[in-house]
Amino acid sequence: MAIAQATIDSVGEATDKYKYGFVTEIEMDRAPRGLTEETVRFISAKKEEPEWLLEWRLKAFRHWLTMKEPTWARVGYPPIDYQDSYYYSAPKSDADRPKSLDEVDPKLLETYEKLGISLKEQEVLAGVRNVAIDAVFDSVSVATTFKDRLEKDGVIFCSISEAVKKHPELVKKYIGSVVPYSDNFFATLNSAVFTDGSFCYIPKGVRCPMELSTYFRINASETGQFERTLIIADEGSYVSYLEGCTAPQRDENQLHAAVVELVALDDAEIKYSTVQNWYPGDENGVGGIYNFVTKRGVCEKRAKISWTQVETGSAITWKYPSCILKGDDSVGEFFSIAITNNRQQADTGTKMLHIGKNTRSRIIAKGISAGKSQSTYRGQVRINAMAEGARNYTQCDSLLIGDKCGAHTVPYIESKNRSARVEHEATTSKISDDQLFYCLQRGIPQEDALTLIVNGFCREVLQELPMEFAVEAQKLVGISLEGSVG
Amino acid sequence: MSILSIKNLHAEVDGKEILKGIDLEIGAGEIHAIMGPNGSGKSTLSYTLAGREGYTVTKGEVVYQGKNLLEMLPEERAQAGVFLAFQYPVEIPGVPTVTFLKQAMNSVRKARGEKQLDAFEFKKLMDARLKELNIVNDMVRRALNTGFSGGEKKRMEVLQMALLEPTLAILDETDSGLDIDALKTVADGVNALRAADRSMLVITHYQRLLDYIVPDHVHVLFEGRIVRSGDKSLALELEEKGYTDITGAAA
Repeated sequence: MAIAQATIDSVGEATDKYKYGFVTEIEMDRAPRGLTEETVRFISAKKEEPEWLLEWRLKAFRHWLTMKEPTWARVGYPPIDYQDSYYYSAPKSDADRPKSLDEVDPKLLETYEKLGISLKEQEVLAGVRNVAIDAVFDSVSVATTFKDRLEKDGVIFCSISEAVKKHPELVKKYIGSVVPYSDNFFATLNSAVFTDGSFCYIPKGVRCPMELSTYFRINASETGQFERTLIIADEGSYVSYLEGCTAPQRDENQLHAAVVELVALDDAEIKYSTVQNWYPGDENGVGGIYNFVTKRGVCEKRAKISWTQVETGSAITWKYPSCILKGDDSVGEFFSIAITNNRQQADTGTKMLHIGKNTRSRIIAKGISAGKSQSTYRGQVRINAMAEGARNYTQCDSLLIGDKCGAHTVPYIESKNRSARVEHEATTSKISDDQLFYCLQRGIPQEDALTLIVNGFCREVLQELPMEFAVEAQKLVGISLEGSVG
Repeated sequence: MSILSIKNLHAEVDGKEILKGIDLEIGAGEIHAIMGPNGSGKSTLSYTLAGREGYTVTKGEVVYQGKNLLEMLPEERAQAGVFLAFQYPVEIPGVPTVTFLKQAMNSVRKARGEKQLDAFEFKKLMDARLKELNIVNDMVRRALNTGFSGGEKKRMEVLQMALLEPTLAILDETDSGLDIDALKTVADGVNALRAADRSMLVITHYQRLLDYIVPDHVHVLFEGRIVRSGDKSLALELEEKGYTDITGAAA
């Protein structure tokens, strides 16, 4: 029997009521429209970058010109005109950077307040909960908090532009070391035109005293957003990094091509958590963010990288946070929840490359599809010939709500070592009328019942999120399905 | 005082008429048993009363505590004190039983304008009920009904009933799939919940459940109608003569 129409409707309403649909009017300092070497030079000059970085950008740009947009993902969208976009915009006050929140453009603060993450609030919150925030508004960091506290432990947490100026040796050594400038179409584009992002360095043996968190937000119309994040955990250190995003509502598709590189040196551990809630477009698929992200980490000996993501936004999600398990006994983990609704398309998964001996990886992916959306899990597990004793466990579960959506699982498994053990489990199910009725019969209203069942379905992944994020993520699951915000 | 009054109830599933004119009056604190062979409409009656989608009432009326039950949404019926103990309790993977119970409890309390229970208050209440019903704590920490044995599932139904304190409890073939020991345990739980302000409708195929949950009235359901009513001795008569004799005699 088909699921109650009311349920489908209530799910359908969810993205119509996108809470964060607004654009703040602030004068922008823009690069001219289009993408040429001049654009790349303009960006580099604006950011007062050293010569080596400009050269690196130009190398990427020239390479990009020879590349073709990939078409293998199960997503469809009209061709992107890369010459019809702006590649740099910064709040005008950039030249005179604010020293404290009081100096920040009040309109900016208003924007954050609308999002419910006002910096003032966050500052207090962060003080209490030990969360440091490097807020990115459009392309340039405008305020960084709690840096002093981190500096005491030798932790560097700043915008990547600042890192280029203050810690050039670290940036130069590691940028492009995990995701080379020639890696893929979108990563290469990012290498050429990235505007800002976060930089983080944890010294040897230091356990980062707080969860690091960055709120990204796309604001200016027609401005592609190209963040670049670089996190380096030196030997024996630990860091947990949280990334969360929202975007204002607008009609035009917005290109977003971020790159995140993680470096976990011997015995280090990086936990990287994302909650992604960008504008998904309307119920007809008009508007919404195109989210083409390259995220990858490298693990040296006994190091561990854990990716956890909750993806509910964007019109198109193209994202495969991966681990290169280079060092012996290193560990890679990927925990994912992807919720699609209306006409959203998500093609997401991970790559686990086992190079070192006794490397282990675990993949838990949960896809929830509603409306007319399409969700694909695409994953690769590769065991190299030298990866003696490597182990992988993969579990992919898909949940369908209604009968017009789709879920697909595309696992690639390749093992060149006979001692390796690879397990793959996949399930696809529909929310059953039996489950819903059972909840209703216990007095639980339909929307709450749906949230309860879906949260149950995602539980293994939600449990992996840091406390600060878990509540937000559970709410987001609820919001995506309830059509009511809060 | 009548808690539930069913008059000439007709209901269909997938366009096929299953209930063909049921009349039944249940008074406060009374236990009524409905017995019948397979396909007589027992489960349809329980789902229809609970308001399950796909069970369409085509004629007749059902008044519950003075209100038209058929106009209420399924969750509203539950909130108003109609409880259905399922023949096959549903598994909800990943949802801890305790979370589910608390949400059910608070949904009902909210609808009744009562204060929501916080985690601590709820746990205290739940622990007390668990003790009364002799249920081990371990069960409520597992995902709801997931991987539970038949006996555990039925005891979970009884626990929910104890927490939600219904005015009308419908027990749909609670005995199915239980061995005699499990049956006794569940029946003990149900008996512990007998109260002057709680009516029960016990639906069963076999008489043996009624050895443990002794009804005030017994009705025989056959081809969508109640063909005979009597006291508990009717159940014994059924056991002795079989359904064919009774329904044949009534026809």
